[in-house]
Amino acid sequence: MERSAAVFENDLNLKATELRLGLPGTDNEPDHQQSSSSSSQVMKNNKRSCSEMDGSQKTGQHQESGAPAPKAQVVGWPPVRNYRKNVLEQQKKPESDTGSGMFVKVSMDGAPYLRKIDLKFYKNYFDLLKALENMFKCTIGVYSEREGYNGSEYAPTYEDKDGDWMLVGDVPWDMFVTSCRRLRIMKGSEAKGLACL
Amino acid sequence: MAYSFPEEVLEHVFSFLTSDKDRNAVSLVCKSWYEIERWCRRRIFVGNCYAVSPEIVIRRFPEVRAVEIKGKPHFADFNLVPEGWGAYVYPWIAAMSAACPLLEEIKLKRMVVTDESLELISKSFKNFKVLVLSSCEGFTTDGLASIAANCRNLRELDLRESEVEDLSGHWLSHFPDNYTSLVSLNISCLGSEVSFSALERLVARSPNLRTLRLNRAVPLEKLPNLLRRAPQLVELGTGAYSAEIRSDTYSNLAEAFSACKQLKGLSGFWDAIPSYLPAMLHVCSGITSLNLSYATIQSPDLVQLVTQCRNLQRLWVLDYIEDRGLEALAASCKDLQELRVFPSDPFGAEPNVSLTEQGLVSVSEGCPKLQSVLYFCRQMSNAALVAIARNRPNLIRFRLCILEPRVPDYLTLEPLDTGFGAIVENCKELRRLSLSGLLTDRVFKYIGTHAKKLEMLSIAFAGDSDLGLHHVLSGCESLRKLEIRDCPFGDKALLANAAKLETMRSLWMSSCSVSYGACKLLGQKLPRLNVEVIDERGPPDSRPESCPVERLYVYRTVSGRRVDMPGFVWTMDEDASLRFS
Repeated sequence: MERSAAVFENDLNLKATELRLGLPGTDNEPDHQQSSSSSSQVMKNNKRSCSEMDGSQKTGQHQESGAPAPKAQVVGWPPVRNYRKNVLEQQKKPESDTGSGMFVKVSMDGAPYLRKIDLKFYKNYFDLLKALENMFKCTIGVYSEREGYNGSEYAPTYEDKDGDWMLVGDVPWDMFVTSCRRLRIMKGSEAKGLACL
Repeated sequence: MAYSFPEEVLEHVFSFLTSDKDRNAVSLVCKSWYEIERWCRRRIFVGNCYAVSPEIVIRRFPEVRAVEIKGKPHFADFNLVPEGWGAYVYPWIAAMSAACPLLEEIKLKRMVVTDESLELISKSFKNFKVLVLSSCEGFTTDGLASIAANCRNLRELDLRESEVEDLSGHWLSHFPDNYTSLVSLNISCLGSEVSFSALERLVARSPNLRTLRLNRAVPLEKLPNLLRRAPQLVELGTGAYSAEIRSDTYSNLAEAFSACKQLKGLSGFWDAIPSYLPAMLHVCSGITSLNLSYATIQSPDLVQLVTQCRNLQRLWVLDYIEDRGLEALAASCKDLQELRVFPSDPFGAEPNVSLTEQGLVSVSEGCPKLQSVLYFCRQMSNAALVAIARNRPNLIRFRLCILEPRVPDYLTLEPLDTGFGAIVENCKELRRLSLSGLLTDRVFKYIGTHAKKLEMLSIAFAGDSDLGLHHVLSGCESLRKLEIRDCPFGDKALLANAAKLETMRSLWMSSCSVSYGACKLLGQKLPRLNVEVIDERGPPDSRPESCPVERLYVYRTVSGRRVDMPGFVWTMDEDASLRFS
């Protein structure tokens, strides 16, 4: 939907003053502070008036990969200050990507088969442990830095990126989610060794 | 005059006048009142640092004790003003350093502040008490070290949202051991760690400390150490609100919070995790101001926290609160006056949360004292805006940002003219308005007709023609600041309403249709305005006169043209044509 700018009585070079209501990146000079991706990435956006109405129309815009294409960024729009933008970027948890989960296998000593859970579904250790307790009908108990899960029937452990077996709960949640490869719910007696480290 | 009061009496009477408006009125009564008033004015507010020179200010008000100065235009917050544009504070500091040794307070917004300026401040004013740098830039932690080391009577150091080059955290240690007068410290914008032990000792020896806003790098485990030393705190900004789940950390935190009986304001909460939120429960009932806009917590924990704060007056939050959370807020927080909802994923193509216009409608229904709104969302309808307007005729600030430009009413596909029209018609005390969504010239007709108290208007991607701008300039009697981007407004409306610009603080127009020729004309016709063209494509006269300028900034001034313009700013005045040839 393009409209030309107001017509003036004096003779103006309309072409030069034509203001297209399409997304910038075509006419306007890029601001120096604009990232290189934004001005070149002009999405021919047909959804001017119908943006919110027809969901199917929107998905037609998406790229093949299945994830929604990033919007062509207009300088300074939406009006979010740089500091806030930076904080949001840093805080962007993996959950915010649509689709990709983080499934890891979970084994429990004595159970006949393994399960799989999506770590991104949980927000913290508490939620994860409750879910595991439910799934395997066991008690895992409370974590403490000194004693681990001492006194519990079972203790949750995990294999990290380096291939080492660690006690669940030692590191901050976010660090755990990114480094956990698989989970193993150990018998409490066997886990004693880990707790002493 | 035979029967005038002695000067001292008049001065005493004037000392009860604090507002600038009143003092300005008094100074117009007669020459002697002008003289008496100017010698006893202590607070100066300069809304645009280029509207007046430091020399003029100091000459008229030699006994000033507190200055507040604003620099760059508001749209600089969104990268629309190129680096190096100006707003340097140094000339002001230099002038005041020589002439106003008794200066106590400096508050700056959107100005460039160098370490040199900070050092000069720290050495020039023996009784210096308050330094507030809001959205400023250009200085490093070395500058802060000078302030800490030399300002023996400092009460307030507030760096809100400034960009500081963080060279080291040791600047804090420059506060001398016998320095005990700190009342307010806001370092929330600093990136790197400050020396925690120095911070702890500083807090411990500051019995008057009321406001402490930490930066993200202060770990949650250490927060109780500070709280225990400052249970009298009224405003607290936490550091990162996340730590390993540990019962001892939790209990320390809960205990420390419960000792803070005077807490009214909370902020910080970067990376907040739900597990530690209950530690704050005891203080919630006293909280009137809550800034969770950096907190990643979501429902239900977010809602639970917010609704516990029954006496909340101000809430800043991310859109994780969603419509349901806002409904709960409306039911619980009947004293709410200000709501700001920020987007958690402003550049995402798809909505990541269930926050729509409904949330705002709920709050407008449930919170009778609501007067200030900033709301980012992805859809809006005229019906919702009309409902909000009818519910809340007491609105003073209404800033709506629909994330996608030019989005129509999602129900009817019509422009949002009617909805915003209802806002300005019903909310007769409206002082600030930001528009978004699909808007035609009609909305500006409504604004010009009804928004008689409107002082600041922000317009983006709206309107059809010059008529829109004309409605605003000719109708909005109280307009002081107008900022416009990406609208088809051009020469006609601007030139027809040129005189209006002398009654305003400033006008900003970027990516509009104002030609170079019109800018020149404006500059020539109105010598009391600075008409500045900001164009990074090179000198404007290297292009045809009819070519639209990239950016235009017009403001009234008594100091003539700027002397510190960078290469991409041109001023339009009588000499313009001479200079460029």
